[in-house]
Amino acid sequence: MSDFALSQTKETFVLNLGPQHPATHGVLRVKLEMDGEYIVHAEPILGYIHRMHEKMGENRTWAQFMPNTARLDYLGALSYNHGYALAVERAASIEVPERAEYIRVITVELNRIASHLLWFGAYVLDLGGMTPIFYAFDDREQILNLLESVTGARLTFCYFRFGGVYNDIDDSFIAGSREFIKRLRKQMPDYHNLVTKNIIMIKRLKDIGPISPEMVRKYGATGPVMRGSGINYDVRKNEPYSVYPEFDFDIPVYDECDSMARYMVRMDEIEQSMRIIEQALDKLPEGPVMTEKVPKNLKPPKGDYYSAVEAARGVFGCRVVSDGTNTAYRLKLRSPTFSNLSLFGEACQGMLLADALAFMGSLDLVIPEIDR
Amino acid sequence: MIAKIKQQMSEITSAKITETEYAAKGYHLDVEVPADQVVTAAEILDAEKFYLEAVTGVDWMGAKAAELAAKKAAAAKAALDAAKKAAAEAEGEEKPETVAAPVAESVEEVEEDLEEEMEVVYDYNHAEELCRVVVRCRVPRLSPELPTISEVFPGANWHERETHDFFGIKFIGHPDLSPLLLPEDADFHPLLKDFSA
Repeated sequence: MSDFALSQTKETFVLNLGPQHPATHGVLRVKLEMDGEYIVHAEPILGYIHRMHEKMGENRTWAQFMPNTARLDYLGALSYNHGYALAVERAASIEVPERAEYIRVITVELNRIASHLLWFGAYVLDLGGMTPIFYAFDDREQILNLLESVTGARLTFCYFRFGGVYNDIDDSFIAGSREFIKRLRKQMPDYHNLVTKNIIMIKRLKDIGPISPEMVRKYGATGPVMRGSGINYDVRKNEPYSVYPEFDFDIPVYDECDSMARYMVRMDEIEQSMRIIEQALDKLPEGPVMTEKVPKNLKPPKGDYYSAVEAARGVFGCRVVSDGTNTAYRLKLRSPTFSNLSLFGEACQGMLLADALAFMGSLDLVIPEIDR
Repeated sequence: MIAKIKQQMSEITSAKITETEYAAKGYHLDVEVPADQVVTAAEILDAEKFYLEAVTGVDWMGAKAAELAAKKAAAAKAALDAAKKAAAEAEGEEKPETVAAPVAESVEEVEEDLEEEMEVVYDYNHAEELCRVVVRCRVPRLSPELPTISEVFPGANWHERETHDFFGIKFIGHPDLSPLLLPEDADFHPLLKDFSA
């Protein structure tokens, strides 16, 4: 914290950031108490897009809730499909055919790349760099086209089913995915040359928004925020689910704890996701993409079940409580950005307003997922 | 790690500890503690470098009544069966059996304790070693109160506020329980089972 902010003798004023502000990417409001350009106190105010998804889970059948999961984090929706499907499959002991598991991994990882690309473009845009978002959107568009061809949707996917996926992938999807990876491999060095090595970018991100590993733990922050603070934790490795153990990939971890570290984690994750997709395409087994035994009117046995996945922004956890009927008794959706944002108030005390925006961007917020 | 936590948790008075099958449930340890012990449980897990994944509630409205009704039905059935059996046996040999008595007793026990309950669920996880611990706490439905753990885990602050929004559960000592996700003047708790819009 600067001396100026520490002195705090002068009067402060309240500055409202949002709920409509280009840097918040959605309806988030932050009430800032300012001492000149320095933040004395910041309080995020949530709920502008709260839809009570958890209550909706209690008044529709298990399968009917699947489309809701895509409306939490609309940038990485397939991970949320996956998390919910895994929880219900665990509750009802449903097996998933191997081919379906591979397709799940391929589509989820494609979605993760799309999410990171959008974040990359929008983040640099926040910092005043106009050009990269056009390149990033162009690349992301290829993924959306691919996913649209198998899922029928471009954003709010409802592709997973209990016991598999809705639609098999075809040769044109496989060829398209391989081509896309080739294309993105060629683009990544350009991104690094254009953005990562840019001196303005480095000055804006280096040592800005430090989050200590202890603070990460105390607030339950996960995902790239956690891995940018030197904690090597990724659900895909630490608590393997689906067929992730079959693939050879690394978890990028950076110890610097600053915005640059979180930026680098996501950029490296794009590369790792490409590795996973390539391997999955190579190994893709033949067979059905749905188990036949799943009853239409699903009634998981009484009890509570938990399942977590690594979404693009961190751990998405799904706790389901079943009373043995065809609707959930209770459905808790644990979204990663909710916890990630909760440390914002403490972390940005004494920060310059412009730095706080650079810091907020590095948390990769998706507001509908916070508000649920 | 599981054994270690289990041992430490067992020192909490009247804690019910169950080791669960991870593959079936998705967590390793299920610990039920009384309301005044949630902070102690949080401190134990904090010392072992766990992180808090989520806090939430479950409204068990009607669960006890349903349980009681089921028990009563079972008792009535048992009594009927016993009567039938006795009648059948009366014709043959004499076998004095009192099957119905213990069942009736347990029904009375439940009847005395028919206070509706809500449950608060804390999900903990460990970043280095796979170990998921669920801490539960039952609170009376009409006056749901328990101490906050936001001093141990500052991240619990928002989770508890959200739980207060949805269930009206009061976390004593919480710095600010004003609505987080609901409108600022909200006086309803949508996840209560008797809530309807």
